[in-house]
Amino acid sequence: MKKAIKHYLLRLADSSLTQSQRLAEWCGHGPFLEEDIALTNVALDLLGHAKLFYEQAAEISEQDVSADDLAFLRDVDQFRNPILTELPRGDFAYTTLKQYFFDQFNVLLYAELMNSQYQPLAEIAEKALKESRYHLTRSRDWCLRLSLSTAEAKQKIQSALDDLYFYTPELFETDDQLKQLLADNVMPDMQALKQQWQQQVDQLLQQCQLQAPTSGWLATGGLRGEHSEYLGYMLADMQFLQRAYPGCEW
Amino acid sequence: MIKTLKQFSKAQIMAWLDAIKDPEIPVISIADLGVLYDVQVEKTTVEVSILPTYSGCPAMDSIQEDIIKHLQKQGIEQVRVKIINSPAWTTDRITEQGRQQLHAYGIAPPQSKTGQPIACPQCQSTNTTCISQFGSTACKALYRCEDCLEPFDYFKCHV
Repeated sequence: MKKAIKHYLLRLADSSLTQSQRLAEWCGHGPFLEEDIALTNVALDLLGHAKLFYEQAAEISEQDVSADDLAFLRDVDQFRNPILTELPRGDFAYTTLKQYFFDQFNVLLYAELMNSQYQPLAEIAEKALKESRYHLTRSRDWCLRLSLSTAEAKQKIQSALDDLYFYTPELFETDDQLKQLLADNVMPDMQALKQQWQQQVDQLLQQCQLQAPTSGWLATGGLRGEHSEYLGYMLADMQFLQRAYPGCEW
Repeated sequence: MIKTLKQFSKAQIMAWLDAIKDPEIPVISIADLGVLYDVQVEKTTVEVSILPTYSGCPAMDSIQEDIIKHLQKQGIEQVRVKIINSPAWTTDRITEQGRQQLHAYGIAPPQSKTGQPIACPQCQSTNTTCISQFGSTACKALYRCEDCLEPFDYFKCHV
């Protein structure tokens, strides 16, 4: 079971880390100052969540590894995040909608994980949930604001929806190891979670007067370490320092 | 030879730790902020438990260093800082004194306990607007007073 728990902790950690890295790319490029600060604040919270998950994964690891080793010394095929979180940041509408999908997912997931039979995970979820709620408030507000404003803003967020929508089912993917964790009450039933998520998303899209696409390429593979080409470039950027100067500290 | 720590009481150490301020809001102590959770005096080591505020808050590293340095100055050589996630820190842990210190410093304290509207720390008007949910640090939001027109930080509720 330890192996399965580590696998799931890495799924959670890698998701938050890659999402955080994409948000951090906005630093100095936000549409205006307050939003620049908000984007990087969310990035910092997500980095904090990733750190908590990595520390726990390192703690139960059979090898002598640190949280930093897990974040900075694993290669693409060892990352377990869904492809959604590694996609390029795109324009502000694209980042906003991607963030909304992710925040809505995390708020529902962490509320369930607070009841996990695996105590360290329940504790991290309780802490992360408080922060994810703020993130959700912000990303929801922005979805509404962009969708219901100018024709250009609406067209941009509709285009983001067309691109991103079929990357979202992968958030709920499981494999044999995760099914075992469900049976042991370590993690919640992802199909039930998906229904809740879909309900919230449908409601918001309706308020935003946006149309979800009806067909598209269905993303899959992150849980097995099969990623898009974007992750390699992200890791090259993010991991450069630790790989060039092993053990370097700030 | 390692000195035993029998001569130091928990209350004494707690009192020393009261001098440590939050590095980003240097008017409030980590005790009043609710970050300082517990002190255990062991045979050769003092263990200080702290509750991190926001999970990505960079101030936590600096608080850890400050605790170690400060206790070493008092003659306690071996200090261990333990970060614990449960119970989770909330803004309800901020003491009344801490809330007053925040207000005097120009930061509107969190209103989850009182249920009062958010008041401008300059002119006390409650005619205020949120400009951004996120401010200069993870724990603050940015507000503006619609009467005196001054922008101000609000220490947002975290419960």
